[in-house]
Amino acid sequence: MGNVPTTVKHCLSYEQLIEDYPWLRHWLQEEKNITGHEYPEFVKIVEVGPRDGLQNEKEIVPTGVKIQLIDMLSGTGLSVIEATSFVSSKWVPQMADHTDVLRGIQRAPHVRYPVLTPNLQGFQDAVAAGATEVAVFGSASETFSKKNINCSIDESMLRFEEVINTAKERQIPVRGYVSCALGCPHEGDIKPSTVAKVAKRLYEMGCYEISLADTIGVGTPGSMLKMLQGVKKEVPINALAVHCHDTYGQALPNILTALQMGVCVVDSAVAGLGGCPYAQGSSGNVSTEDVLYMLHGMGIETGVNLPKVIEAGYFICNALCRNTNSKVAQAKSRTL
Amino acid sequence: MAAVMRLVNRSTLSSVMGQHYAAFSSSAKLTAAGVNAGHTLPDKVKIVEVGPRDGLQNEKTIVPTEAKINLIDMLSESGLPVIEATSFVSPKWVPQMADQVEVMKGISRKPGVSYPVLTPNLKGFQAAVKAGAAEVAIFGAASELFSKKNINCSVDESLQRFDEVMKAAKEAGVPVRGYVSCVVGCPYEGKVAPEKVAHVAKRLYSMGCYEISLGDTIGVGTPGSITAMLEAVSKEVPVSALAVHCHDTYGQALANILVALQMGISVIDSSVAGLGGCPYAQGASGNVATEDVVYMLHGLGIQTGVDLSKLMDAGAFICRTLNRKTSSKVAQATCKL
Repeated sequence: MGNVPTTVKHCLSYEQLIEDYPWLRHWLQEEKNITGHEYPEFVKIVEVGPRDGLQNEKEIVPTGVKIQLIDMLSGTGLSVIEATSFVSSKWVPQMADHTDVLRGIQRAPHVRYPVLTPNLQGFQDAVAAGATEVAVFGSASETFSKKNINCSIDESMLRFEEVINTAKERQIPVRGYVSCALGCPHEGDIKPSTVAKVAKRLYEMGCYEISLADTIGVGTPGSMLKMLQGVKKEVPINALAVHCHDTYGQALPNILTALQMGVCVVDSAVAGLGGCPYAQGSSGNVSTEDVLYMLHGMGIETGVNLPKVIEAGYFICNALCRNTNSKVAQAKSRTL
Repeated sequence: MAAVMRLVNRSTLSSVMGQHYAAFSSSAKLTAAGVNAGHTLPDKVKIVEVGPRDGLQNEKTIVPTEAKINLIDMLSESGLPVIEATSFVSPKWVPQMADQVEVMKGISRKPGVSYPVLTPNLKGFQAAVKAGAAEVAIFGAASELFSKKNINCSVDESLQRFDEVMKAAKEAGVPVRGYVSCVVGCPYEGKVAPEKVAHVAKRLYSMGCYEISLGDTIGVGTPGSITAMLEAVSKEVPVSALAVHCHDTYGQALANILVALQMGISVIDSSVAGLGGCPYAQGASGNVATEDVVYMLHGLGIQTGVDLSKLMDAGAFICRTLNRKTSSKVAQATCKL
């Protein structure tokens, strides 16, 4: 090393370099921050329109229409389409035809059709109807849990444990949801550590993926960042998904923040189906079309054909006699 | 560590040694952010409220002068630091702005708040100053076709026209803000090259504009294209002199604003209630709603000086006047029907 210039010797020790040239830290931090803005190369979209979307629509949609919607979505390249919910029809009349829907759809190869199963009964009905993947819904808020499914978080976890254990025996994968991850209509702010605790419980019980849901859409990139920082300490980032609602218009920047943190699974609903039961007249789910437009514009692959999703969106909106909530679909339909 | 490599290469090191340090740089896919990018967001953001001008200009219903004045006064009360009041353009082209002089003379100017007005040429500038304008704005385009179709001349010709305005403004001590439209896409030309945007922005800045607002006129931008554009422009104009003017036609505005903030931009244009549709996609939305921007910024802990509930009052007022629904999601969610 005798003939090597001083600068090289310094370069061999990063710490020495920063000590001798303190202004370098600024340059190198920029470099690190560039790296910090890595985005995933591929994002998996979980289409929740037929379930979460329709569940929150007032109009009861005929079974034939639901089946056609799912079949159209199956042809778009989406790899996961949440088909229906095996919840009591007393609570969710829209999903009363769950068995007929699951039996009626044409299952495309390489597409999965998870269904919601709030308890063991629902799980067994789902399997009898042909379900090959299920989902369970936990909450980060005690009050929301009690008001929504009539039990505490701990009690709901016991219920889900039954489902997950039975699913394991049948080799049926289970996806876990944590609702109110960024705020609760009853409790207000929710601590990231609470979300992390529930997510961890679901993950350790055996859920292969945990979808963190901003149920009332109050989150912003600030709260999304903090929540994900908390959760990723307990659950690996590649097992996390975000389920953002657009009630306050924040869904896309929240999704962007999640992508910057390494999340690569995003839930969305075609045409932004599903209002928000907690803010009457407001929007709920983020539109799949708008999410795709952003991801594709960033060079992120999804495998999904946007024009075909737009078509499926127009179909269901016609059937529901309502306008699409997707800005992309609105713009495309009216471009001069 | 590529930065280290660049530094070291500048000294006595040969290229062979330089290659050795390439191993330090990340091999992961880099798809965002230029030299000025960072996770550090600005502490404060200045909102430039364009509702009374850009917003109303694109609304079909002609708004009575009194209502415009009331809107501006309500916006002044909400804490907004800059409110674009009107446009000194010929009423033949923009009938909505025909009452420009009455509006300027009728508003109650709050101390500390600027009320810039658009001045497309020297005549407009002179009329604006006579009516009491203390700040003006000029509009260039990054697309030749858009420039020709919109103001009937090439980009270079428009910049020459603005030269006159700049000279007069300098003599009168009136600050000038420059706008560049079609910074990502043009309804006629399609994609717009970032270098072209940088060129126009640099021209306006060198001519003396204190700030350059980069407008995604048809709202086609995404965090990908916005980043590429800002990288190019920030090489020619200091980031502290840049603003973004995002349209929400494809729902991308807030995501685009977020990446702009991450790149050091701290001036955001927006329009109360998301006033102003998009003339190129009929029925589609245009400007991003100020309420939604403020909600996001406050959620990020960024100060704006704006009182969101007073802002929403102003939005509710103008929507009642126009007999239309707000385009702001925050306003929709907050209003319990």
